[in-house]
Amino acid sequence: MKYKDYYQVLGVERDADIDAIKKAYRKLAHKYHPDVSKDPAGEEKFKEIADAYQTLKDPEKRAAYDQLGRHRPGQDFQPPPDWGKQFGDAPFSSDDIDLSELFAGLSSGRRHAGRQGGTHKMPGQDYEVTAHISLDDACRGTTVDLNLTVPEYDEHGRLHRVERSFKARIPKGATDGQRLRLRGKGGKGLNGGPDGDLYLNIALHPHALYRVSGHDLYLDLPLTPWEAALGAVVEVPTLGGSVHLKVPPGTHAGQKLRLARRGLPKPSAEEGDLFAIVQIVVPTVLSERERALFKELSDGSTFNPRGHFEQEMRNETRTS
Amino acid sequence: MKPEQADAVWLDAQHEFSLAELVRFSGLSEAELRELVDYGVLTPTDPQGAEWTFGGDIVVTMQAAGRLRDDLELEPQALALALTLIGRIRELEAQLRGLRAQLPRRSP
Repeated sequence: MKYKDYYQVLGVERDADIDAIKKAYRKLAHKYHPDVSKDPAGEEKFKEIADAYQTLKDPEKRAAYDQLGRHRPGQDFQPPPDWGKQFGDAPFSSDDIDLSELFAGLSSGRRHAGRQGGTHKMPGQDYEVTAHISLDDACRGTTVDLNLTVPEYDEHGRLHRVERSFKARIPKGATDGQRLRLRGKGGKGLNGGPDGDLYLNIALHPHALYRVSGHDLYLDLPLTPWEAALGAVVEVPTLGGSVHLKVPPGTHAGQKLRLARRGLPKPSAEEGDLFAIVQIVVPTVLSERERALFKELSDGSTFNPRGHFEQEMRNETRTS
Repeated sequence: MKPEQADAVWLDAQHEFSLAELVRFSGLSEAELRELVDYGVLTPTDPQGAEWTFGGDIVVTMQAAGRLRDDLELEPQALALALTLIGRIRELEAQLRGLRAQLPRRSP
């Protein structure tokens, strides 16, 4: 088992009183709590802080922790031989669990799974994992393989790490950040308590063409200046295959053309929309002929897209 | 051994859960959940109904509420305020995601 210096984690002295420990914890918890912190390392950091606090705030657990002696953080160590008898009504096998589980076992073991035969029903722990899926998977529904390593009590009330793997069917309708619940797939309940649940957090792989917002998709639609001016019918790729999109004459850059119900399917019967966002693209290299035609257009056209500049400036001077 | 298959249920407004289920999911007590309803940060599908039910989309937020209460030792009023602010951040993040999706990936 790897040693963690809980005092160092909280940034307090080893003889700190409970108030100092509480204060240090609160300050760090506000900074790193994963529900309020945007720090990507916050979750891991917070878990360490919470583990340290759970142990050090409880005088019994703190005494047990102090009895483990001092080691370097990360150093492999074994609790002293009589440690288990002294503190653990909960038997443990220290080879395959970590320090926080050892201390969690100390309390839950005493209350619920101890040798005295606890009978208190205790629900299993809930877990949360992220499932990365593609847009196509979200559209059609998919099955993902989940492999979890979770702490679990055996029939002797002993804490072990066990590998659990199963397939989870994700129905169609997923989008980024959506949650699913898999009932009873979390930690095992104790003494007849219900098993915990597993929560799946959906994360979509980025797509080369589409950007996702809710169940709507956005696609850049490059048009030539003449397609935009004259109107055109262009082929647009959608998740369900290519479709012909009518671009009206006089289409301008940034305009959103909506392809209704061509977005991601929702869990209910509806679908999101696909929006094609117009970009007007000019050739970077012109042929002789193209140059001549553009020149002719330039000479013959009276169109001035900046006509409003002068008018607006005049209005500004008048009102100021 | 063939791995077992589990069916997942969407946590969205269409899937409703009872007050008792929300107690179990969030770790908050029934009294605490009722207080959050009073503060207006949690709304039952039919507030006048005899048995309250809640849309599944609230489950994740209430789990966060349970964690915040436990980890930061928040009083109900502070918890309600935190949830209101977290809700606003989520809304703004969704708006930002929506606007980002509309930005061209490459300039023409």
